[in-house]
Amino acid sequence: MNKGLYIHIPFCRKKCAYCDFYSVHHSKELAERYTEAVIRNINAYGGKFDTVYFGGGTPILLAEHIGRMLKAADIAKGAEITAEANPCEMEPHTLETLLKAGVNRISVGVQSFCDKELSALGRRHDSNTARRAILAAKASGFDNISADLMLAVPHQTRDSLARTLDAMCGLPVSHISAYMLKIEPDTPFGRNPPEVPDEDSTADMYLQTVEALAQNGFAQYEISNFAKKGCECAHNLKYWRREEYLGIGPAAHSFCDGRRFAVARDVGDFINSPVQKELLTDEAPDEYEERVMLGLRLSEGIEESLWKPFETSLRRVPKNYYRIENGRLSLTAEGFLLSNEIISLLLADQ
Amino acid sequence: MADTSYLSKIRNFSIIAHIDHGKSTLADRILEQTETVAKRDMEEQLLDNMDIERERGITIKARAVRLKYHADNGEDYIFNLIDTPGHVDFNYEVSRSLVACEGALLIVDASQGIEAQTLANTYLAVENDLEVVPIVNKIDLPSARPEVVKEEIENVIGIEAMDAPEISAKMGINIHAVMERIVEAVPAPAGDPEAPLKALIFDSYYDSYKGVIVYIRVKEGSVKAGDRIRMMASGAEFTVVEVGYMGATDMVPCAELKAGEVGYIAASIKSIGDTKVGDTVTSVDRPAAEPLAGYREVNPMVFSGIYPADGAKYVDLREALEKLQLNDASLTFEPETSIALGFGFRCGFLGLLHMEIIQERIEREYNLDIITTAPSVVYKIELTDGTTVMIDNPTNYPDPGTIAQAYEPMVNAHVYAPSDYVGNIMELCQNRRGVFRDMKYIDETRVDLHYELPLNEIVYDFFDVLKSRTRGYASYDYEMMGFAPSKLVKLDILLNGDIIDALSFIVHSDKAYERARKMAEKLKIHIPRQLFEIPIQAAVGGKIIARETIKAMRKDVLAKCYGGDITRKKKLLEKQKEGKKRMRAFGTVEVPQEAFMSVLKLEDE
Repeated sequence: MNKGLYIHIPFCRKKCAYCDFYSVHHSKELAERYTEAVIRNINAYGGKFDTVYFGGGTPILLAEHIGRMLKAADIAKGAEITAEANPCEMEPHTLETLLKAGVNRISVGVQSFCDKELSALGRRHDSNTARRAILAAKASGFDNISADLMLAVPHQTRDSLARTLDAMCGLPVSHISAYMLKIEPDTPFGRNPPEVPDEDSTADMYLQTVEALAQNGFAQYEISNFAKKGCECAHNLKYWRREEYLGIGPAAHSFCDGRRFAVARDVGDFINSPVQKELLTDEAPDEYEERVMLGLRLSEGIEESLWKPFETSLRRVPKNYYRIENGRLSLTAEGFLLSNEIISLLLADQ
Repeated sequence: MADTSYLSKIRNFSIIAHIDHGKSTLADRILEQTETVAKRDMEEQLLDNMDIERERGITIKARAVRLKYHADNGEDYIFNLIDTPGHVDFNYEVSRSLVACEGALLIVDASQGIEAQTLANTYLAVENDLEVVPIVNKIDLPSARPEVVKEEIENVIGIEAMDAPEISAKMGINIHAVMERIVEAVPAPAGDPEAPLKALIFDSYYDSYKGVIVYIRVKEGSVKAGDRIRMMASGAEFTVVEVGYMGATDMVPCAELKAGEVGYIAASIKSIGDTKVGDTVTSVDRPAAEPLAGYREVNPMVFSGIYPADGAKYVDLREALEKLQLNDASLTFEPETSIALGFGFRCGFLGLLHMEIIQERIEREYNLDIITTAPSVVYKIELTDGTTVMIDNPTNYPDPGTIAQAYEPMVNAHVYAPSDYVGNIMELCQNRRGVFRDMKYIDETRVDLHYELPLNEIVYDFFDVLKSRTRGYASYDYEMMGFAPSKLVKLDILLNGDIIDALSFIVHSDKAYERARKMAEKLKIHIPRQLFEIPIQAAVGGKIIARETIKAMRKDVLAKCYGGDITRKKKLLEKQKEGKKRMRAFGTVEVPQEAFMSVLKLEDE
């Protein structure tokens, strides 16, 4: 079976205040050596891929190298190939380079259409830059455009969120990821926590988002992901459906041959090793638990054989948090908000 | 006529001191002076064996050690140092240890002066005709005021103190003077080694090879291996397998123990219940006519339910309690069942400290997670049918309609503190339904406040609050004074409409409203938000008198899984799942262990 391929591009011009993804400053020479290392690893692992995802960091910074990386891999026909992009870097010629390399889906880090919120997040772009970037991607020939949004960020209100959602739905995007801000300890926000909307407001904003996007034709298919019909992200679905994926690059994660492993957060070590060093994170993951935990992140939910074992515990969950349709158990939007609590409750009695 | 010349070379004494006044340190120094312990075996505070004792700086069980001292007069002496427990919960054990001695060293901190505990134990020593030898410790401290403290000892206790040695146990200053004072001031024991055997039991512990080892002070007669002995109170009879004395680091067998001596008996005794502290050991063949005076049964005063956090550990908990009981006859337990907590044990303790020590030992030494219900005292209830019941568990509280009169246990309490805090202390005692009896000035700046207090008002957090209201300067001591009529009610706590029996307790009706409100508030803080709204209600006889609501949880989600990092999410869920196992589900409500503990400490200070 074909795998997903995740390639981490750990370079950023500037780190955002909330981000704890692994990234470093980049130089031409480093980019070159990094590309070679990625290619070495693709060759070493082998395998056939039907989705490819360049995540970061800021993959678009290595736009010129992406073609070479893709050439090294055995990629199925019609594969979804995504690159994440920062609005500041989306110049027409860069977009063209990506398209020529084979990238057919672009994921734009918009986050908000409110400038005050963007600057509080430490983003380099403003709302106009983001708008122009999406239009430029469309004009270059990208039909599958995804945009990232952030909820519960500093200064955000229900009104400012409504304006952001309006603006977003007016643009030619087919997929939206809406993440609630999580303050990570090892970030500027973690060291110096900003004032953010409280638990109740955050929950309200999330439900507001689900509702507004639905009205605009974006169906929720995962806790944080919404898509026009047929535009769900095939690569991300592999994570939730427990299909295999290979991650290349420092801090990348893999699920191959029944094992889960990661690579150390160290660019130098990655570049200097003939093959990346695998750090086992889970030698023998429990398939049942994973299927429940991952499947309940999706709107399609889980099949009856998976939820039957905890049917009695399910009675302790209020009815408005889940539904059972056609034998499948899934969480409602309110249920998604409480998914950690619900899933741990259901699995605790196993 | 028996040879009693050996008696003049024996000195039996104990040390009385307030916590932190340096008792254990002085004991260590004395051991060093007598070279009883090789330096390499010297561990700080040798006499305190248990970890908890070392950490808390208190002695839970009595210890004894025999030392040899070569005095300045050229003679060799045998010192028997009997250490005493240092807490009000163990008052009776203290008194028995003192009775085994002829003298007591009274250690007073040169900067802090006399404290309540010291005073209480000193009075005990005086009552038992012990020679009290004052010693002023910690003279190395800048705040030391030895002359003032000596005067205080003379004024308060009424003993000669001007020639008391001024020492620093910590720095090893003037320890030799203490040794000489022991020889001079502590009387030699008396007794006839040929009279019928009378030996006082002042401690015992369980040894897995030898059975119960009984610590005795022989008052009359003698005892040796092969003798048949009888415990005069319990009636149990045994054949002595071994007698000996307590070396600093090990037990040393000897041929016999004679009147005036301190040592141990091993007699293949299986149950510590047969060797009650205060009982008299006599000979079966030639029994004494009368036992030694002062024996009494020690009854637990404070009761609480102990449950395994994980119901599957019930048998482990029972084994832990059984093992602890081997060494602690004052701990009682019997199985009980709670609707909320499942199977557990109702345990009886001498006091709150005793309870905390047992809890801690179960958790530490037996590695068990436990849930403890609110401690209760024993109430005496006269029913309308003329019978009387004793209630130590709120769950068994009779229907109010069947109660003719309820009684609660009272104590005589003495609080000793600087006079600046009198107002605060009186306010506290009044809040706790105390009846003022008396106030005495110990000196110009310190007072002794005497109150009658209901025991159930002091078992929870009285000492903690007292300390915080007096910046740690107050100390207190109490003794039981029997039952007094009272207006009691049973307070129930309901979560989501269900009574949680483990949270019920008995309270004076004037206090019910306040306590109900505080409990509801505490529970609201300590029960986490859950998937649905949870009403917390407090009720007396079906009438709701306080209410709080825990709002439903709104958000608990990991929105993003970083680049397919499933393991991280799984670890998070795993932790959350484990957390759930540490909670108790009541119907649909999950209650963490802290919630049970939180309601024990309701005073917000």
